[in-house]
Amino acid sequence: MHQDLVETVKAHPRYQELICSRKCFAWNLTVLMLVMYYGFILIIAFAPKLLGTPLSAGAVTTIGIPVGIVIIVAAFILTGIYVSKANGKFDALTKTIREDLQ
Amino acid sequence: MKRYATWGVLFALLTPFMLAAAPALSGAVEQQALNLTAIYMFVAFVLGTLGITYWAAKRTRTASDFYTAGGGITGFQNGLAIAGDYMSAASFLGISGLVFASGYDGLIYSIGFLVGWPIIMFLIAEQIRNLGKFTFADVSSYRFGQTQIRTMAAISSLVVVSFYLIAQMVGAGKLIQLLFGLDYWIAVVIVGILMMIYVIFGGMTATTWVQIIKAVLLLCGATFMAGSALYYFGFSPEEMFRQAVEVHPKANAIMSPGSLVKDPINAISLGLALMFGTAGLPHILMRFFTVPDAKEARKSVFYATGFIGYFYILTFIIGFAAIVLLAQHPEFFKPTALAADGSVLKDQLVSGINGGTNMVAIRLAEAVGGNLFLGFISAVAFATILAVVSGLTLAGASAISHDLYANVIARGRSNETTEIRVSKYATFGLGLVAIGLGIVFEKQNVAFMVGLAFAIAASANFPVLIASIFWSKMTTRGALIGGFAGLISAFVLTVLSKAVWGDVFGHVDVDGKPVGLIFLDNPAIVSIPISFVCIWIFSRFDYSERGKIDRAAYDAQRVRCETGIGAEGASGH
Repeated sequence: MHQDLVETVKAHPRYQELICSRKCFAWNLTVLMLVMYYGFILIIAFAPKLLGTPLSAGAVTTIGIPVGIVIIVAAFILTGIYVSKANGKFDALTKTIREDLQ
Repeated sequence: MKRYATWGVLFALLTPFMLAAAPALSGAVEQQALNLTAIYMFVAFVLGTLGITYWAAKRTRTASDFYTAGGGITGFQNGLAIAGDYMSAASFLGISGLVFASGYDGLIYSIGFLVGWPIIMFLIAEQIRNLGKFTFADVSSYRFGQTQIRTMAAISSLVVVSFYLIAQMVGAGKLIQLLFGLDYWIAVVIVGILMMIYVIFGGMTATTWVQIIKAVLLLCGATFMAGSALYYFGFSPEEMFRQAVEVHPKANAIMSPGSLVKDPINAISLGLALMFGTAGLPHILMRFFTVPDAKEARKSVFYATGFIGYFYILTFIIGFAAIVLLAQHPEFFKPTALAADGSVLKDQLVSGINGGTNMVAIRLAEAVGGNLFLGFISAVAFATILAVVSGLTLAGASAISHDLYANVIARGRSNETTEIRVSKYATFGLGLVAIGLGIVFEKQNVAFMVGLAFAIAASANFPVLIASIFWSKMTTRGALIGGFAGLISAFVLTVLSKAVWGDVFGHVDVDGKPVGLIFLDNPAIVSIPISFVCIWIFSRFDYSERGKIDRAAYDAQRVRCETGIGAEGASGH
């Protein structure tokens, strides 16, 4: 890639918007996933009984079951959120930059 | 189960990934009678996939066709293929067996294997697609000295692939011996030869379609099993859990975290290895080049995460349902596990099952669907191994032909025809090595190998990859030293851990239990930081001319990485 093309893209106002918003968005989602997962691991390590609490009096199903399922579903939903924003907003910004270059 | 308890958390945790890791299969396995239904179904699968390979071979002309199916796979198809790479026979049989034996602990493992996917999505999937061409080393080495970084990346790729491959081959031999009644060595040779045919003639196109077909078969089979099981309980999970607690020897303990996660340090270390190891596996990363652009790359991670998550929920249901349903089938248990009246003794439920807990899903298939469905699930398990080893071998062959040969030895001056030829020889060579090592390691304890593969992927491939994408000041020297530091520290720490030092080399403590020199079961919590620190120090104090070129090249890399400008078409650089 030629250096002048790189400079043109870097100077494009939409380029700064693209990299800033994507960076924030991606790292926020990453931190959210890390907190959920390592929070779960730390509960298992320090307070495993918490997850063994029955859902209601007399029930066999414990809180740990829905918590585990929620983490699995959340992983899926978070990737879905990222895809919808990236394939929408971020790709639109990229398209603008590309069109302006031509 | 006694041996289980003595295993470190890491390798116990990794059992799901690899059948050979399971105690029941690490010793001698009893060969079953020839299962004809299973063999017919497997032959049908093989004929179908060979047909696809023939079709793919006619379309595989260029290097891009061979390595990446010409970039013509859609996001949905690639999502299925990625899920297929991840849903190995071992994760299907291993996790359901683990849930059967320990209940809730099985879910903890599944979650650990799944959570790497969102991270891949947010941080590397589209970046890899935009920067690379055929292998993840294209991305790691994008702005750096090609010879050094490609050599380093190829070595760590080959190490990861080899350990993973040996583990899969040994697991394959033992599983097929159990399911089909074939001799161990015949099973290993069949897997090796079929895998070579798929990869050599059909390249990535055939490998991907084999993976997709198998993923669909496995998802359908598992859905049917979990569905039939839930039907039995009137679609009430509470009812299923209640009956499971009644018949399981551990009773209520199966509903909460058990003893497998013993301390916070090991738990976190394992979590790091699983999460970031996934993001450094060469055969997984290679799949991002089979789609046409970043948009499809993102979609493929989304679908893959969905399929994998769904699959893990199914295996959890299968494991719990098996506790209740298998207890009603004394014929699945050893004679010693039965009471005088022919029923299954409660305390023998886990230890007394014929073929070990890895056979739980297979037995449940028989219980809910009869001999025909048993044959189907057995054939799918065989197909699964075949698909996974094909993907691994293709990734290893690409590291040899694209990274080592074309970019290091020929210094970018080779032509495509030669490069493809080299990759086919490499596939053939890797296939022979896999068969040979599979036979050599038959009686060995290979439990540590998948764990080691994940740890090296997390400690060598991942840090260099992520720093090359996000850190402008990394230099060739920093990447080279950081990558090797992660590789070596992960390897050495694993050798000193209980799984190798104790279980493989036979060092024992005063009570005769296997013991390691260090208390860490998984090196990731130490080796990942070592890699990052080395990258930082050796880049920060790199005043060489090469270092200046590396830093100056970041802007151009960033623009391409963020916008995909320059990535379309031939993706040449």
